Amino acid sequence: MVEFNLPANSRPTKGKVFKAEPGAVNIRRFRVYRYDPDLSDNPRIDTFEVDLDKCGPMVLDAMIKIKDEIDSTLTFRRSCREGVCGSCAFNIDGTNTLACTKPLSEIKGDVKIYPLPHMPVIKDLVCDLNQPYAQYKAIEPWIQADTPAPNRERLQSEEERAKLDGMWECILCFCCQSSCPSYWWNGDRYMGPAVLLQANRWIQDSRDEATGNRLDELDDSFRVFRCHTIMNCTNTCPKSLNPGKAIGEIKEALFKRQ
Amino acid sequence: MEMRSPLGRVRGLGSTKSGTQHWVAERVGAIALVPLSLWFIYSVVALNGADYVTFKLWLGEHGNAVLMISFVVALFYHAKMGLEVVVEDYVHHETAKVTTLFIIRFATFLSGLSCILATLRVAFIG
Repeated sequence: MVEFNLPANSRPTKGKVFKAEPGAVNIRRFRVYRYDPDLSDNPRIDTFEVDLDKCGPMVLDAMIKIKDEIDSTLTFRRSCREGVCGSCAFNIDGTNTLACTKPLSEIKGDVKIYPLPHMPVIKDLVCDLNQPYAQYKAIEPWIQADTPAPNRERLQSEEERAKLDGMWECILCFCCQSSCPSYWWNGDRYMGPAVLLQANRWIQDSRDEATGNRLDELDDSFRVFRCHTIMNCTNTCPKSLNPGKAIGEIKEALFKRQ
Repeated sequence: MEMRSPLGRVRGLGSTKSGTQHWVAERVGAIALVPLSLWFIYSVVALNGADYVTFKLWLGEHGNAVLMISFVVALFYHAKMGLEVVVEDYVHHETAKVTTLFIIRFATFLSGLSCILATLRVAFIG
């Protein structure tokens, strides 16, 4: 059966508390998931008190402040700090999102920061993304055409180009992928919303000539049809994209060729 | 221990190239069940308190017998499809999964067949 409860050695325990400096007024508590693979301990939830008067407005600002000034062992991925690289995807305040574009002012009470759900944790907030990356590779996310390449761009009409809007913007942060219960239970065979959105980006591309092969590869009870339109993907996407709609378009294409 | 590459694992045994039919059949069944269920509920309410002779005459009517058998076929076919998806979603132990899927297929087939025969019996013999 699917494991609905965390295994005993994955249950988080109460961790350390790092108090704010004396004199700090505007204090916010951050409850952060910690896991050290070098210890045999369970994961723990550490509490960091941060003085928001000396901190930037976003969750990532506070996380960097914690790492710089309070506990340098806190481990997380981050890079661009402006929502285009997709590195700092965490479960923040109960929803998967990017720490760099999530304002602290939108969160009431303590700020809870966990790794992306149902992904193997490597350390603290860093999880193993090998599976979704392999799935992305499996859909062959590059143009495939037998017509010899022209000496200039491959032309598209405005309408054809417009079909890619809402898909090219995806930054592969995997917030949607790891929010999907179908992906939690069957991620080994179900491609997941992020990868299917990318698959559809190529299926809908008028310049691509391998649409049939792409659909052949996806026509499978697990690869696409484990999507039960739960729509967590669309709710959680920090770029306000709609993976649910993209999966619907794949199903529509598969239906049309029946 | 599994040392296969992530890409190898993801490609797995390949695409079955047959997922769409199941998905379409599930939806066709669901759409058919909307009017059929309404008709069935309406009939049950309308026949409330009726004696067996009235019921036999009602089911003996050509249209009612056709709708009843259609309802039963759509219902159990849709139930089979839906339960299969639930089991595939949540049961991961291979033997348990295959066994449950077989039980679902046999049980829904036998239940449907039994309902069809009962309908024909009441309609034709009484």
